[in-house]
Amino acid sequence: MEEGVYRAVSGGRIALQRRQYSASCREFSVRCPRLQLRSLSAATCSVWLAAYGLFVLSQNSMVLSAAIFITLIGLIVYLHFVKIDQESLLIIGSLGIQMTSSYASGKENTTFIEMSQVKDVVINEAIYMQKVIYYLCILLQDPREPHGVSEVVPLFQSSKPRLDCLVEVYRSCQEILEQRKT
Amino acid sequence: MVLKVFFPSCCATAESGLLIGRWIPEQNSAVVLAVVHFPFIPGQVKQYLSEVQRVTQVNMCVLGSWSNTKQEKEEGLDKFLEDLSTIFSHEPWIQLNKERDSKVWSCCIFKKYPSSPKEDEFILVYYDQRKVMLSQLHPTDNLTTSADHKGNDASKLGAVFDTVSKSKVLFMIDRYDDGPIKLTHWQSEGVEASIIVELLKQASVPVCMLLTFLLSLVSSVCKSRVLKFWPLSFIWSKLSTCEQLGHRLEHLQIISSNRKAQNQTQLMRKANIFVSLLIDMALGILLMSWLYRENRIGQLADTLIPVADHIAKELQDLLQWLMGVPAGLKMNWALDQVLGRFFLYHIHLWISYIHLMSPFIEMILWYVGLSACLGLTVALSILSDIIALLTFHIYCFYVYGARLYCLKIYGLSSLWRLFRGKKWNVLRQRVDSCSYDLDQLFIGTLLFTILLFLLPTTALYYLVFTLLRLLVVVVQGLIHLLVDLIDSLPLYSVILRLCRSYRLAAGVKFRVLEQKAGKPLRLLMQINPLSYGSVVQTYRLPTYACYPKDSWSSLCKKLFVGELIYPWKHKGEKQD
Repeated sequence: MEEGVYRAVSGGRIALQRRQYSASCREFSVRCPRLQLRSLSAATCSVWLAAYGLFVLSQNSMVLSAAIFITLIGLIVYLHFVKIDQESLLIIGSLGIQMTSSYASGKENTTFIEMSQVKDVVINEAIYMQKVIYYLCILLQDPREPHGVSEVVPLFQSSKPRLDCLVEVYRSCQEILEQRKT
Repeated sequence: MVLKVFFPSCCATAESGLLIGRWIPEQNSAVVLAVVHFPFIPGQVKQYLSEVQRVTQVNMCVLGSWSNTKQEKEEGLDKFLEDLSTIFSHEPWIQLNKERDSKVWSCCIFKKYPSSPKEDEFILVYYDQRKVMLSQLHPTDNLTTSADHKGNDASKLGAVFDTVSKSKVLFMIDRYDDGPIKLTHWQSEGVEASIIVELLKQASVPVCMLLTFLLSLVSSVCKSRVLKFWPLSFIWSKLSTCEQLGHRLEHLQIISSNRKAQNQTQLMRKANIFVSLLIDMALGILLMSWLYRENRIGQLADTLIPVADHIAKELQDLLQWLMGVPAGLKMNWALDQVLGRFFLYHIHLWISYIHLMSPFIEMILWYVGLSACLGLTVALSILSDIIALLTFHIYCFYVYGARLYCLKIYGLSSLWRLFRGKKWNVLRQRVDSCSYDLDQLFIGTLLFTILLFLLPTTALYYLVFTLLRLLVVVVQGLIHLLVDLIDSLPLYSVILRLCRSYRLAAGVKFRVLEQKAGKPLRLLMQINPLSYGSVVQTYRLPTYACYPKDSWSSLCKKLFVGELIYPWKHKGEKQD
């Protein structure tokens, strides 16, 4: 198992873990930066200050309980639906490619694409706000057209690693994809 | 080439024996379904397999051997296993070895004609046999469009699921049964059954027959000629209660039919309809018990007349306001008075009728409330119909105002064309120029001026009553939306996704298990359940939804011109 530290598109530090289970089975996990205590406290304080300001204006204590409720619910929703901790890619030579995203609350979202549907794994460019970024994606085969691409599935969407990290993953994937042609 | 073996996790602790399953040559994978234990007679095994193959249409054969040795390896075992491979010839012959207390197994393949000099790589995939058997794969759109490409292009995992679910016959006998063949599969861990479910299955047949008989009686009564006379049939078509009752009758007929469901979709549909009806009736009975307690019906009836009076009084105030100087606009006094008095008289008539009916309201409500036991949707439809009846005068006013306004607009447009010297050619459906006589022009201009100056008055009345009518329409639309939601929500599928999520599978997911160098790759295949959104979308029941007939632009155009609008279209109504 090898681990390397890289940077994401936004500048944050991410860690890439590579494992090789067998000649045709490899796993790549990208760990995103954790939830900062600073931003959490800043958000909570601003919400509570706003609620206190409203309370002073309206003298209704329901505002304070509502603020606490909203903060709790918002935190739970954020941890369970928004904050992705780790994204991993498992590529098994003759079976397929599996993408897993694990959220901060422990929830895991998995998608498996069979090898017969995979046409190729490529690095693509995209215009994102004012930057041009690179992202790794899987091209799916169009069953009706042998040379066509039916869908593009982007990988590592929330961690957004930079090109150096993507090239490592790309090279490893291509080694395995080449095996299936033989 | 990579060889994949799908091994059921329930057979991991089985005694030594033979592996039975299906070999899929296109994908170079073997699906193991069961293990046959020693001792056996090869001839009987072959006969049994061919029988099962005939019944299930699955190409079953002996795939290899399985040895679970608790002690040290015996010398004669290798020779014995090799002899087996010659008796049951299968290409390639798979040999799985499990040592005592070891998680990692060793596998070897014997090929009579090795096709490539390279050594074969082995992948061992464990799967939960019972869950895979019961599960239903829901392929995404990519696969459904290529339905004609069965075979090589078909989903590999679809083939595995298919194999296991079709082999139910194989799982009927296991090693505890007396017989020549002793098998181990998922049933060997203990068979689950429920007495209540079995009793319900037995009881369902006579209940279904009784229900079918009753429903045929009811539907024959409904279809009888007596109820088809013109006034009655018109009323039935307008009342949403009758439509909802008809809908529910259809649902009951679907459930109580004697034919078994052909495929999974039909089964789920039946189950969804059944649960929906059950919940509907339960909610309806709850509502009924709430209504009939503490004389709430009486209270409701007592407040109904004052509410109707209040609405009428508000309308009268509104009309008085319109007859005066509404919003600072100056109306044409004569037309204003005529229209205002006309509508006021209408309201007076309406109030008199309501007061005539007031002694009977409580009794009517009491009996109508009893029909809530048929379901909450029926109660809501009755509420929608009551609202429609109570606001019938608003509907009438809207129709009068709209017709007047519409006539005025058409007259104005036609006379405007006359002003400019043009005419509408009905034959060619276009505007042509025309030379008018002087007296035609004179009268035309006069009429145009009159209509133009009377326009604000009529337009104001039309606007006010259209707004009121739209309000009532929106309220009715909301109630119908709620009824629709209760009708079409597939509750059984959602509960199934909650409790037995493996039955609705969107796909699979793999987990890599403990590896050891030199041994084959071990993976665990688990079922990836469908998301709740896709469950609702796939299994939604079809409904008589009321959806907007017109787009926003055509609605606005109709409002401007003065055409009568019926914004909700029922599915099944003819297009006009």
